[in-house]
Amino acid sequence: MNLKLKSLLAVAITAAFAAPVLADINVGVVVSATGPAASLGIPEKNTFALMPTTIGGEKVNFLILDDASDTTTAVKNTRKLLTEDKVDVIVGSTITPNSLAMIDIAAEAETPMISMAASSRIVDTANPKVKWVFKTPQNDIQMSTAIVEHMTSAGVKTVAFIGFADAYGEGWFNEFSKIAEARKLQIVANERYNRADTSVTGQVLKMMAAKPDAVLIAGSGTPAALPQKALKEKGYKGAFYQTHGVANKDFLRVCGKDCEGTFLPAGPVLIAAQLPADNPIKKVALDYVGKYEAAHGKGSTSTFGAHAWDAGLLLANAVPVALKKGKPGSKEFKLALRDALEGLKNITVSHGIVNMSAQDHLGFDQRARVMVKVENGDWKLIQ
Amino acid sequence: MDLQIALLLGQDGIVNGAIYALLSLALVLVFAVTRVIFIPQGEFVAYGALTLASLQAGQAPGTLWLLLGLGVAVTAIDAPHAWRQGSRQLAGLVARQLVYPLVMIGLVFGAAGAAPKDWPLLLQVLLALAVVVPLGPQLYRVAFQPIAEAPVLILLIVAVALHLALVGLGLLFFGAEGSRTPAFSEAAFEVGGLTITGQSLWVVGASAVLIVALYIFFGRSLYGKALRATAINRSGARLMGISTTLAGKLTFLLAAAIGALSGILIAPITTIYYDTGFLVGLKGFVGAIIGGLVSYPVAAAGALLVGLLESFSSFYASAFKEVIVFTLIIPVLVWRSLTSRHVEEEE
Repeated sequence: MNLKLKSLLAVAITAAFAAPVLADINVGVVVSATGPAASLGIPEKNTFALMPTTIGGEKVNFLILDDASDTTTAVKNTRKLLTEDKVDVIVGSTITPNSLAMIDIAAEAETPMISMAASSRIVDTANPKVKWVFKTPQNDIQMSTAIVEHMTSAGVKTVAFIGFADAYGEGWFNEFSKIAEARKLQIVANERYNRADTSVTGQVLKMMAAKPDAVLIAGSGTPAALPQKALKEKGYKGAFYQTHGVANKDFLRVCGKDCEGTFLPAGPVLIAAQLPADNPIKKVALDYVGKYEAAHGKGSTSTFGAHAWDAGLLLANAVPVALKKGKPGSKEFKLALRDALEGLKNITVSHGIVNMSAQDHLGFDQRARVMVKVENGDWKLIQ
Repeated sequence: MDLQIALLLGQDGIVNGAIYALLSLALVLVFAVTRVIFIPQGEFVAYGALTLASLQAGQAPGTLWLLLGLGVAVTAIDAPHAWRQGSRQLAGLVARQLVYPLVMIGLVFGAAGAAPKDWPLLLQVLLALAVVVPLGPQLYRVAFQPIAEAPVLILLIVAVALHLALVGLGLLFFGAEGSRTPAFSEAAFEVGGLTITGQSLWVVGASAVLIVALYIFFGRSLYGKALRATAINRSGARLMGISTTLAGKLTFLLAAAIGALSGILIAPITTIYYDTGFLVGLKGFVGAIIGGLVSYPVAAAGALLVGLLESFSSFYASAFKEVIVFTLIIPVLVWRSLTSRHVEEEE
């Protein structure tokens, strides 16, 4: 092969790979589809396949990478998406530690990022880099306020806490204990357990010795069923509270009758069909549930996938505005997209109604949460 | 802490410790015979429990396809050799590696008249074992037999790779969420204010029976003696006409059976996830380390100690439970390195 042919081939190959990158809007997605957070990441990943393929007449490419619930991999994937694929926006990651680590890279590349993780620290505006960062899930603090309100109105005076021995459990304890203290709710036990533990007898005995009126379990997915089953088995009679981390069908399947009567705060998408007809969230949430269940079977939706869907809805509203100011792939477009995201007002998504501002890159109010009770093996809206 | 709490914790520790003891025995066995530090031991726990759970949910477990896939691989590797040995050898190979998985697939899809979902629990357990246990020797054939003479480090690296592959397959087969199975026995006994569930008696009883059975197997049977001979001196055993390949496969069969059975025993007590096995196996490993990877009774006692330590530390300092359990390795290693003569491994 002579040199001329070689270089011609090289140009052809480069053109073939580079061509779609220049014309379309590229969305880089980082999800935790394997590893400990897989039960959250898999529905998110599935959701991207259901999203519209065009926004404002432009084709959208979703480039999805798995970070295996690992912070280093999340950072590596984000760099790859930004430098090799030249994405216009990053969506991800599923969990808080990964999202926090990705902020620096997104800000450095001046690319907007929409996180699907819960902690309020991700969009804490004290950090100037957060200018580029948005997120879709409710803050832990909104959810813990709902729990504390429900507890105090139900006459609960003492509460025992058990949570994951990781960022999720720790974050919940910090938020919950702050509000509980302010509302004169006494935390009589504070225990930790691991997602893969086979027994929580020790923690359960200690909690029962403290005789709490209610127990709050801060875990996500099916592992959150273990302390509740152990407490029931040992004869605990008080009230149970779980967090929105358990809001999927598998939790109900594993926990079975031991979870009857459990209270938890959740995004309205969980009980979309039970929302009153005049609630604007109902239509958007049912639209998502319908699309997801058509593809993955009845009862397969979880609130986590809906966080990804909401990220898509934010983009669908912000991209047309940004397209007026720059071409996808350009620096101007990324800046315009950031400004457009920050300027979103009254956007109804499946988890609530978004009103962004320079100080609030989440934009949810109390309409973004409902209290739910487990009744007859299903979620039931209360209030 | 009063006496009752101590008793409850002790009971919990013994039930968990019994499972760790079984796994530590399997680890010691595999290491002694094949020199493989069998990291994927825990995966059999998860596979056993989750295969049973999928059968009960009326789904076809993914392990079924793994059984068939590995069967095809083993047939492809062994067919030329078996062909030279004669048609009987070849027929035996095909029967074991291809017909058997197909029969299992048939049974799961209701060829026996009823789907496994409607079978009695005992038959479901047997079917789950029949699907998962042959994976042991198959994996040995594919992953370890070709490098049976390699140094321990290489065997360890392959074991780690196999562990990662099996965990990934577990996620693919069973999903990220966990499962539980119904208890073998709903009975509960009241003894001095202490409730003992039938299931925990099953776990402790089955572990004890298995340990005794292993003891008899190694002490009395010809195959058991062959395994012991291989463990003591590979070359010497081969000169006496013991096939090290057969010893390896038999060891992995036992390890897989112990693992899968452990998983099935604890699935009613706790929720099992695709990656639960690793941590459970690791605690068995701590027990095996206490036994220096050679002594069965010390390994079993060590595993019981791990179970009790775990139970009591979860009461006193739940956030540091794993730290406490795994820190146990350090004094044990110090003690062992001080008391035992260091022998350079001959390569």
